[in-house]
Amino acid sequence: MGKQLIKGNEAIVKGAILAGCRYFFGYPITPASEIAEAAAFYMPLVGGTFLQAESEVASINMLYGAASGGIRAMTASSSPGISLKQEGISYCAGSELPIVIVDIMRGGPGLGNIAPEQSDYNQMVKGGGHGNYKLIVLAPNSAQEMCDLTMLAFELADKYRNPAVILADGFIGQMMEPVEFPKAVEKIPEKEWALHADADDEKKLICSIQLDPDVLEKHNLKLQEKYKKIAAEVRFEEYYCDDADLVLIGFGVVSRVLLSVVDILREKGQRIGLLRPISLWPFPSFQIAQLAQKIKHFLVVELSNGQLVDDVKLAVNGKKPVLFYNRMGGIVPSPEEIIAHIEKTVKA
Amino acid sequence: MAKIIRKSDSFYPIYEHKSGAKDVTHYCPGCGHGVLHKLIAEALDDFQIRDRTILMSPVGCSVFAYYYFRVGNIQCSHGRAPAVATGIKRVFPESIVISYQGDGDLAAIGGNNIIQAANRGENITVFFVNNAIYGMTGGQMAPTTLVGQKTTTSPRGRSVANEGYPVAVSEMLATLKAPVYIERVALTDAKNTNKVRHAVRKALQIQIENKGFSLVEVLSACPSGWKMTPVQAKQWITDYMCKQFPLGVFRDTSAEIEPSPAVKNEFISHDLFKKLDIPDKPFRAVKSETPPVNYQNPRLKIAGFGGQGILLLGLGIAQAGMQMGYQVSWIPSYGPEMRGGTANCHVNLSNKRIGSPVVSQPSTLIAMNLPSLEKFECEVIPGGLIIYDSSLINRPPARKDVEVLGIPATKIADDLGNTRIANMVILGAYIARTSIIPRQVVVDTLPVFIKRKNLVPLNVKAVDKGIEYVSQ
Repeated sequence: MGKQLIKGNEAIVKGAILAGCRYFFGYPITPASEIAEAAAFYMPLVGGTFLQAESEVASINMLYGAASGGIRAMTASSSPGISLKQEGISYCAGSELPIVIVDIMRGGPGLGNIAPEQSDYNQMVKGGGHGNYKLIVLAPNSAQEMCDLTMLAFELADKYRNPAVILADGFIGQMMEPVEFPKAVEKIPEKEWALHADADDEKKLICSIQLDPDVLEKHNLKLQEKYKKIAAEVRFEEYYCDDADLVLIGFGVVSRVLLSVVDILREKGQRIGLLRPISLWPFPSFQIAQLAQKIKHFLVVELSNGQLVDDVKLAVNGKKPVLFYNRMGGIVPSPEEIIAHIEKTVKA
Repeated sequence: MAKIIRKSDSFYPIYEHKSGAKDVTHYCPGCGHGVLHKLIAEALDDFQIRDRTILMSPVGCSVFAYYYFRVGNIQCSHGRAPAVATGIKRVFPESIVISYQGDGDLAAIGGNNIIQAANRGENITVFFVNNAIYGMTGGQMAPTTLVGQKTTTSPRGRSVANEGYPVAVSEMLATLKAPVYIERVALTDAKNTNKVRHAVRKALQIQIENKGFSLVEVLSACPSGWKMTPVQAKQWITDYMCKQFPLGVFRDTSAEIEPSPAVKNEFISHDLFKKLDIPDKPFRAVKSETPPVNYQNPRLKIAGFGGQGILLLGLGIAQAGMQMGYQVSWIPSYGPEMRGGTANCHVNLSNKRIGSPVVSQPSTLIAMNLPSLEKFECEVIPGGLIIYDSSLINRPPARKDVEVLGIPATKIADDLGNTRIANMVILGAYIARTSIIPRQVVVDTLPVFIKRKNLVPLNVKAVDKGIEYVSQ
């Protein structure tokens, strides 16, 4: 198929349409606005609906309504906007609605800035809304993956009746790279639980309210069972891990920088590798635990205050040292900066 | 003939709720919800629209409206029913979507959602139950609580100084252009109840005919919250609420608006690549000679003033590089930075997978103004290349360990009649010096990223001038 040099944010919309998504509800925010802009342009051309909502809160609730109709629908925003959506996300998780939410992360807390950070890790991976729920969280690190993982997000969301998230940073969203677009999805699964505006609807109810504690506990247990099944969908990439002493862990734009670090240090003969979680939930805990048996130490690099590193530490469970390096405020470290840190702190 | 009085078909035969008898509602004696439910259900029966009706249950006492209405049901978060209704109505334009809301839900937390749904003219019907109080949570003050009315959160009575005046929703929404029908009615005596019945039907009829947005505000008793008997409560509506919230039609354009058919969007799945502007020809890389080793796998930083076409220059290199079969990445400085001030972008061309797209140690720096040269000169790797616009930068780079190419790009562009193509002069100079991309590939890829097609020939000319300057 043809190749196109395209922004990650735009690749998301094209991927979504190829995945059969025809509904987009959003609100403008830098650095995610290109997603809404592309959706506004392309959705009407493919029989789709784009609606700019009055607020982030409205957009997630429009999505809640639209997804109740069993179609593929999405929204996109950036960190402060995602914070606003969290109540609605919790409702979607509780009502088991398969929606796709894109978060092009920026610097925080508060208004912060528009430079790339990864400080939404906790609010997406751990659940920023109320209640016992999990979101499927995929973390692309290229324009190609912005397309591919968006398509996967729709597939997984439908498969498990669960919201799925594309968690990318401002750089991955703004970067242009060649993308080869795959064929369009031909058939979207039928959803018996969904409303169809017909006589069968009287048997259906989209809701997250369960007044009876016993019933609500049962619902929660059912959700937890589902989450155990989703654990099988873990995705990650290993780069030179086989004989590594030191394994770097990072996602998104950081994983690209770490790739450069591995290339440079491998050339110097150092036994260094990279593990890149592609799904942040489910998290590749098992693979990290296995690596912990054979390597000497890990170095986690993130653009946040120590959010990813918590999950790595849980997986390593004290078996090996987990070192940590981070930047905040929208600064992406250079490979040289990380190499200098490794040379200073990692004892061979 | 005798009419058999029985429960509406649009109610479930059995009410599956948590406690109590399965044939009565959970509403308190004297509460208006039950009566309004009945009037709505009977209308759904008579219009024969139950099968395609989807009801939004709000947060409040009517959170359990879905216990009763035998339709498609969605329970919504507090205040968001109009947004949820918008979502499902857009999916099923032929459905009948009802947003059933109370005063705290609609007028307080969901105030913006109702205004915007009304303003969009969503073809939905809103039943707004105004009982001047938060009933379910135990009688707190609502936006519609009357001045002086005592509630659990206005224990000394609502004070204008502290809480302002009651919100008149119908009057407010009637100022918008899109709503078709807005009426305030009251569930008091038989005469008024009949008016409620009429308003409910009219509002639904408007939706059936696809005429647009309608809202019926229903003044309704909350004997428990008001701490009154049902009889006293009805009297209180007449004596007090109706004074603050006068009954009547506030907007009705239904006679002027032509009914229209509901058109469901067609799911278009043919020619998607064409519609999405994705090239559907298989990609073939252009073969060419290998450039000198010091120019291979370049990591470029390109910088200058906003408006000099810095980002486009980077894009041109990336686009042509991709056509050569290189892995490429292009990343801009973005946001407020790009609106005035300096602009820069980072471009990688590589034979292998590109790690960091951020160029911290460029092998090539293109500087189109002095601040950019001063800022980034030090970052260039030893043996690297600095190209600068010598018509705007009057001091050559100080570095002695790099290759320097000055070109009066802006002057050459001016001579061609357009200052803005200095970036393409530089592009020509860059490819001529490094041999990384043949001229023809650049010429072929220019139309991909130059939006105004009539400017392509001039841009080609500029590229050629750049090539010519370096080759002399």
